[in-house]
Amino acid sequence: MSDLSKLTIAGARDALRKGDMTSVELTEACLSAIDGADGLNAFVHKTPEIARDRAAAADARIKAGDAPAMCGIPIGIKDLFCTEGVASQAASRILEGFQPQYESAVSQNLIDAGAVMLGKLNMDEFAMGSSNETSVYGNAVNPWRRRDDKAALTPGGSSGGSAAAVAADLCLAATGTDTGGSIRQPAAFTGITGIKPTYGRCSRWGTIAFASSLDQAGPMTKDVRDAAIMLGAMCSHDPRDSTSVDLAVPDFEAALSGDIRGKTIGIPKEYHMEGIPEEIEALWSQGKDMLRDAGAKIVDISLPHTKYALAAYYVIAPAEASSNLARYDGVRYGHRATLGSGDGITEMYEKTRAEGFGAEVQRRVMIGTYVLSAGFYDAYYNRARRVRTLIKQDFDDVFAQGVDAVLTPATPSAAFGLGEMKSADPVQMYLNDVFTVTVNLAGLPGISVPAGLDHQGLPLGLQLIGRPWEEADLLNTAYALETAAGFVAKPVKWW
Amino acid sequence: MSIDEGTAARVAKLARIKVEPADLPVLAQEFNTILGFIDQLSEVDVEGVEPMTSVTPMRLKRREDVVTDGSQQDKVLANAPDAREGFFAVPKVVE
Repeated sequence: MSDLSKLTIAGARDALRKGDMTSVELTEACLSAIDGADGLNAFVHKTPEIARDRAAAADARIKAGDAPAMCGIPIGIKDLFCTEGVASQAASRILEGFQPQYESAVSQNLIDAGAVMLGKLNMDEFAMGSSNETSVYGNAVNPWRRRDDKAALTPGGSSGGSAAAVAADLCLAATGTDTGGSIRQPAAFTGITGIKPTYGRCSRWGTIAFASSLDQAGPMTKDVRDAAIMLGAMCSHDPRDSTSVDLAVPDFEAALSGDIRGKTIGIPKEYHMEGIPEEIEALWSQGKDMLRDAGAKIVDISLPHTKYALAAYYVIAPAEASSNLARYDGVRYGHRATLGSGDGITEMYEKTRAEGFGAEVQRRVMIGTYVLSAGFYDAYYNRARRVRTLIKQDFDDVFAQGVDAVLTPATPSAAFGLGEMKSADPVQMYLNDVFTVTVNLAGLPGISVPAGLDHQGLPLGLQLIGRPWEEADLLNTAYALETAAGFVAKPVKWW
Repeated sequence: MSIDEGTAARVAKLARIKVEPADLPVLAQEFNTILGFIDQLSEVDVEGVEPMTSVTPMRLKRREDVVTDGSQQDKVLANAPDAREGFFAVPKVVE
């Protein structure tokens, strides 16, 4: 039974409905896979009792013949989602001991659909990072290794635990969140699929906020079909999030015909960047050929403000973070520093936040504070928001010219070694998001699909960017790319 | 624009994060690296461009101005580091 955790959502759904297995059996297989994978440090709070209860309830529902696709499917939940009565600390010391009294909208939607939570997944602290190295729980580890090399690699970030858990078959799928690439980059680093939907598709209610105008939840799965199934279960209109869209959620899976004849795919010239490895350029070119062979029309396009996206992001995201993270003051929840005699409330704030936030979070909160401070607000924050308007305009223009989707590499490299970037300055780490961050700034849906292996045997992904609210069409294009790429490689188990 | 230690200290104070004086030079250096990177935004011609306020062309939903929530003091206080007699407790604020 140990192979059950290797199933896809679609495969498990069909087997559950046919009565070939039960959710309880499937869940037990995942729980034992998780217990055998502590070396990956992916699951940081295990919830076996909740999992067993929900699996039994799902089996009853399946037996009654009224079960949605996610019913009985064991999944992991990123630590950024508040889960009632279960530790939810955004991988930060400042939320140590925090037990939400409520359930996030996205995880509640998954509960309602019958999904089975196995536990909470590792991540970068407050989703700020690209390597899962800023977590209070320690690094999550990529199940993939370079050929003939035992060095531990990053699963990417910030949804590093989610990526590692899905790639290692500890669960069938996981939730992620993506503010600048935090679903798509780790998906690419671990050979799995990850989609960030259009801003507003998933309610942000109950998801611990990083940068509210950029944050979106999305699924991380073993293939495109599973991404379609799980995304459908995560999306909803929610009056508690005023930016949540009041649009019907389509049947994403039904859109997967694989027929992309007549579609127009744009190749942006600005994504040919200096210093990008030749094999990533080559993979991108192969992806273009695959889509052309599938009947799509390939056109060269220009997104002229691409170059400025990262700089705009590193003003806007820290600015919003400095405001969002102001709530961690040692008063209402989480950590409070031990105070000396004579310490007042200001010392309480300052000591609590110095102890509770890690170095990267402190850095971003302070950068955000600076760009919002009197005298710099216009020069930095307002200028970045103007550039953001131009970046979105670039995409609006190419969509108006008839482009259905944009094809780019997902990341500028394969997974790198844990600790390898330690001596680099913070900006070097930020460059990981160079291909993904534009999508958040423009509020668009983007998906990372595994498409090949590099010379060291590590997975590489391609990214497709779609029109707003047209995730169904985007998933279908991704499905055609997945079919043509035929990526089936799995990491060799060492953990 | 170069950030000196005094500015770094002022930013830390505004952010309510205690930074030891010995750590200020490194912090100021990191700020300079990041702000140096951000400074490329000054190359962009943004004349007449509106700052983005909403990424989706969507009017924010409004709801009835009525009370929809409340009466859960226990839940609100459940995670407080120090709650007493139904209140959050903090060090003395007013002398």
